[in-house]
Formats: sequence, C-alpha cells, structure tokens
Amino acid sequence: MSDSTPHGSHVPAEGPAVGQDEWVARHAEQRFMPGGPLGALEDRIRRVPWWAWLILFLAAASTLPVFEHSGYVRYVAFSTVLYMLLALGLNVVVGWGGLLDLGYVAFYGIGAYAYAMLDSDKFGIHLPTIVSVPLVVAIGAIGGFLLGLPSRRLTGDYLAIVTLFFLQLFQTITTNGDAAFGHNLTGGPNGILNVDPFHLGKHDLVVQHEGIFAVSYFYVALAVFAVVFVALRFVNQSRTGRAWRSQREDPLAAEAMGMPVNWLKLLSFSFGAAVAALTGTLFAAQSASVFPLTFYFVLLIIVYTMVILGGSGSQAGVVAGAVIVSPLLELLRDPGKSRVIFFLALVGGLLLMSRRSRALGIVAIVTLAFGFAVHEILGAIDKSWIAGEHQGGFAGVTDHWVVAPAHMARWIAPTSYIGLIAAVLLVTMVRGRLRLALLVPTVYLTAFVWENVMLAKPEPARYIVLGVILIALMILRPNGLLGERRVEIV
Amino acid sequence: MAILDINGVSLSFGGLKVVDGLDLHVNEGEIVSVIGPNGAGKTTLFNLITGIYRPDEGDITLDDQSIVGLQPHVISQRGVSRTFQTLRLFLNMSVKENVMAAAYGHTRAGVFRSMLRTPGMRREEREIERLAQERLAFFGKRLMGYRWDQPAYSLSYANRRRLEIARATATNPRILLLDEPAAGMNPSETHEITELIGELRTEGGYTILVIEHDMHVVEGISDRVVALDHGVKIAEGSFDAVATNAKVVEAYLGLQTAATK
Ligand SMILES: Nc1ncnc2c1ncn2[C@@H]1O[C@H](COP(=O)(O)OP(=O)(O)O)[C@@H](O)[C@H]1O
Ligand SMILES: [Mg+2]
Repeated sequence: MSDSTPHGSHVPAEGPAVGQDEWVARHAEQRFMPGGPLGALEDRIRRVPWWAWLILFLAAASTLPVFEHSGYVRYVAFSTVLYMLLALGLNVVVGWGGLLDLGYVAFYGIGAYAYAMLDSDKFGIHLPTIVSVPLVVAIGAIGGFLLGLPSRRLTGDYLAIVTLFFLQLFQTITTNGDAAFGHNLTGGPNGILNVDPFHLGKHDLVVQHEGIFAVSYFYVALAVFAVVFVALRFVNQSRTGRAWRSQREDPLAAEAMGMPVNWLKLLSFSFGAAVAALTGTLFAAQSASVFPLTFYFVLLIIVYTMVILGGSGSQAGVVAGAVIVSPLLELLRDPGKSRVIFFLALVGGLLLMSRRSRALGIVAIVTLAFGFAVHEILGAIDKSWIAGEHQGGFAGVTDHWVVAPAHMARWIAPTSYIGLIAAVLLVTMVRGRLRLALLVPTVYLTAFVWENVMLAKPEPARYIVLGVILIALMILRPNGLLGERRVEIV
Repeated sequence: MAILDINGVSLSFGGLKVVDGLDLHVNEGEIVSVIGPNGAGKTTLFNLITGIYRPDEGDITLDDQSIVGLQPHVISQRGVSRTFQTLRLFLNMSVKENVMAAAYGHTRAGVFRSMLRTPGMRREEREIERLAQERLAFFGKRLMGYRWDQPAYSLSYANRRRLEIARATATNPRILLLDEPAAGMNPSETHEITELIGELRTEGGYTILVIEHDMHVVEGISDRVVALDHGVKIAEGSFDAVATNAKVVEAYLGLQTAATK
C-alpha cells in the first residue's frame, strides 16, 4: 500500500528544461503529420485564418456564373451550395453534438414542405419570404427540439433507431397526407406543386430566366451559406461550443463541471434541424415543388458521406466534402466521365496502396500486356467475345484492352462480380510476390466488371464508386480530409 | 458552520451496501481527509455528493439546503466541484480550453448573443480566458505558457492530475472534492501536491474534502480525518487519533495480512 511507503527527504526536484509534455506533443505531431515539404505545406495551410478561407471561397464561387453559362452547371453549383448547407447543419449534430442522427433529412423535408404550405396555392397562403423563411426556421428548430426531448437520454444505437423511425414517420405522413382525416394536407406521393419562388413585395425572384436556371438562386444560396457558416462558427467559439466539445469528449465529466449535457444535446439537435429547414426553403422555392421521396435514404447517405469524407467536426472539412461529392455524383452520371474517374481512382488507389513504386510499375505494365493478350486471344477464338460495345465517351481508351462480350450471358455478371470479390479478398490475404502476381488478374477483372456490369447500370454504379472512394479515403485519413486528429484513449 | 452535511446516507448496488448510514460534515474552510482501503466506498461517496448517484436513504445538504435529486450540473453550479480518481479530462481539447469549458456554469452568454458576438459576450469571453490563465497559473511553471495550447492528451500523468484540479476550480466552487490527487505521483510531486492543497485553501479560499491513500499527504494537510471501511465510518478525528485507532489499523492490517497469507 502506498500509505506505508516511506519517502525520506522532501526535496522538490526541479524538472529539466525540456518537459515531458513537450516531448509527447511533438511525438504526437510527428506521428500524425506527414513529414517533409507536404507536412510543411499542410502546417502552413492550417495557419491561414478561417475567415480568409471563407472570403476566398465565396469570391471564387461567385465568379463561377461569369465563366460558366450552362444552366445545368449553374444548377449543379446551386445544389452543391444546398449540400454545403446540409453538411454544415449535420456537422453541428454529428460533429459537435456527437449524436448519430439518422432522421436529419426529415428536417430538410419539413422545411421544404412548410415553405410549400405557406407559399403556394395549396392552401392559398402566400406569405412574404421575409416572414415565411424565419417561420420555417423556427418550425425546424422547434421540431428538432421536440424530437430531441424523448430521445435525449438515448445515446448511440438507440438514438440512431429513434431518429431513423422519425425519418420513416415523416415519409409515411407526407405520402399518406393526401387523405388525413378527410383533408388533403401534403398532396401525398404527388407532393405540392406550384410553390412560390422567393418574393419581396410584388417582385418574384424568378426561378427560370428564358428557360434556364436563374443564377440569382445560386447567389441567394451562397449568401445564406455565408451567414450560416459564420453564425455556427461563432457559436462554436463560445461557451456553448466548448461545452459541446466537452460533453462529446466525456459527458459525465462535463456534467460534473456544471454543463447541462441534455440541454446541450437538445440545442445541437435544434440547430441542425433549423439549418436543414432553412435549406429546405431554398430547395422548395427553387424547384417550385416538393415530393416525399426527395427526403429519404439516398439523400441521408449522401450528406453523411460528405460529412465523414470531409471530416466531421470541421466546418471547412464538411464544406469540402460537399464540394467534392456533389459534382462527383453529377460527373458519374455520364458513362464516359464516370469511366475516367473510375480508372483514375483505380490507378490512384494502387499507387497509394504500395510504396514500392517499382514493383507497382511492373504490375502496371504486366497488367496492360495481360489485357491486350487476353483481348487478342479471346478475339481470335470467337469474335463475339470482344464485339460488345463500350458505352459512353472515352471508350477508345479501353476498346482494345477490356474484353466486352456482344451478348452478356446471364451467368457472366454474377460470376465475374463474385470472382472479383474473391480475388480482392485473396489479394489482401497474401503477401509479397504472390500478391503482386495476383494483382494483375484482379485489376483486369475489376476493369472487366466495371465495363460490362457497372456501366450497364450507371445509377447504382455511381454510388458504388463513391463508396469505394470513401473507403479508400477512410483508410488513408481516418478523420476525413480536414478532420481534427483525435486521440480516444491514451 | 457546516457547508456540507451528510446525514445517514446509504446506497446499495444490487444488494451490496456500498455506503451504509454515513454521517459526515465539512465546515467552512476545513480540509477533511477520507481514508480507507480500496472498495471502502470513498469514490461512491463523492458520486453521491455530486449527484451522479442518488442515495437510497438519508440526506445531503449544502448550506442547509438539500441537494439530493438535483442533476450533477446543478450541484456543480451550487458550488461543489470535483476531480476524478480515474482522470476524466477532455483529452482532445487544449489545456486552456479544458479550464475555460468549466466556466460554463457561471457565465451567461446565450447562443444568439454568441452568434452576433455582442460586446457583452466578447467581454465575458475575455473574462473566461483570464480566469483560465489565472487558474492555470496556480500551478506555477507546471502548466504555464507553451502548454496551454497543447491538447490535454499530451500532458504527463502528474500534469493531468494538476489540470483536473485547475479545471475543477474554474467552476468557482466553494467546496472542492479531490479524489486521490497524489495517486501515481513520485515523492517530490507528492510533496508538491501536499503544499498545493494547503494553498488551495489559504489562497483560493476553498473548503476541501479529499480522498487520499498517502498517509504523509493526509498527515500534512488534514484538519480532520474520516476513516471508512465497507461503507461505514469507523473513525473520525485528528490524524493521530485516527491513525492509531484500533479499527483503522485492523482495516488496513487485516487487508495486509490477508494479502500476505
Ligand atoms: N456503479 C457501480 N456498480 C456496482 N458496484 C459499484 C459501482 N460503483 C462502485 N461499486 C462498488 O462499490 C464499492 C466501493 O467502490 P468505490 O467507492 O470506488 O471504492 P473506493 O473506496 O476504493 O473509492 C466497490 O466494491 C465497487 O466495486
Ligand atoms: Mg476510489
């Protein structure tokens, strides 16, 4: 027992100049930071104040319509800003509150529906925008608060299920709301049409100008984004923000240090919901209609992907996540661009996987040769094996390399797909030369599956590509692109 | 005048009585030590006072007002603060932020004022920062300067214990509960912490209830010592009286003989 340990003289030993703590901090930095010029650059970039980044970003974003006249690109830019807003809101709940909220997009839906009900012919109400938008934000905030009330004591898995149930409830109510007690409240699956654009007095903020997307909505969204970003930033830099971080680190200690943990959780829920609802008004006003299925799992997954990819907890990170993912999803719609992204990701992934670049160079050359050889041999045996058409642009690149059967027999797709999974598993299990040797057919099989199976169904394929990129990134940077490095147990 | 008064408090965990009919009071400006073998219920006593557990029986009053059933953060705001035996710092926050966070209970700026960064809110922020610097400066060179912006996880064990005390004082408590503040420290650090606890009373003006195993520390700081065993108070009085008390010796020796057998 320590109490019986005699310790003689109480000579306070003066600690050495180099404290242990300094060493630990430096050690941790070295462990987390890449060294060399890349690390120095990252360090430099981290030192630039946040508002300088924000101004730079806003300035760059607002020049986009000057260079880009396509209505489609402008519209994608607009919806990217909406995603940025959604990611910022989710970041408050997930990144700062530390709560797994799977009902988040329901508040986006509530915002859109509320705006649609307050500004359309549906009930003949046409509130001025400066009244309806704050009202909708308040509805969102209160809704978040109410959802938080029963679930605030629930943490982790339970909270996830309760919020998921809430999302489902929102779906059920909106899709069946066309016959609620004999009244048509939500328009059911057909949604609410002819929603008013934003308007001030008699002036409408037109949605379309001469048939194409009116860029004014992009600027309005960008302004809303700037305000939300700064407001949330300021909250995070206040006692509330510190308390959020504290309760996320250790709820019991936070509570014992005078921080009302339940209240703080409710607050973060409420903030997230308010931001989502605000974004919903922008969406409803621009698209002039709302439907239940817009606010469902696919959207939830996309917004979560943005937050996780960018680095949950970091505002700049989640915005970066949105700026990357949203255009990426658009590019992946097109088979040609999708192909380029896929092969770039494949090559990039291989490069990052191995540091022995020479061995990998050999694998690359062998794989190329292997592909041409397989293509020629199969072509010589039976022309129909390579007569299939490569879809989309840039097909010339892979025309003579990847085998494309003219008629996809029913067994080819599942067999090659399962074979690919088996090959990837095998590659992760073996080491050394065997791994390099196995990599050759695996990469080729990947290309085959992509060209023949995935590209045939571009809609699911783009989510698969996104998933693969996310997995790769999580392996490389577990905290996301700009996420704070975190230590769980020391 | 007793600040803290514990009257006949009991708590069981599934049939096991961990604290059993305990009476304890702490007067203004006193330093009271709680000793006892491991598992005696000392930490549980702290958890009862701070509202983490609710007693099955009995009452706990702070300034003659019952605090039983209040939420921990309310009890903290009423002036009870603590450290944890198993350190519970906010590891991924900076040293200074750990201390600043604890000022939450006695500061007021709401979210709307924070969003607008009103002059009042900014003034309060500066005050919180000054408070944190002051509380960290209490530890002399130990937690000074360059260490403030380091994440708490980079601190050494002894410095984490110090930071926990600094954080506890940032809630502006009247009574401080310290759970084994010298655990894991070397002899010179232990000596330092003994002096520090004395300074916390003389300079900080805190009343202190401390759990400690190191008898040299207990001897050095205590006005009064309370010995617990199996959740029951077995002795109370001056250090000399308690240390020589037959029951206390037995509680410790019994454990020792049991261990050597
Ligand atoms: N949450 C709990 N659930 C069940 N038993 C507990 C709990 N907390 C403490 N105990 C038990 O209560 C007894 C006293 O524990 P504690 O107060 O931590 O002792 P110590 O005097 O060493 O601080 C121990 O037997 C411990 O196992
Ligand atoms: Mg203990």
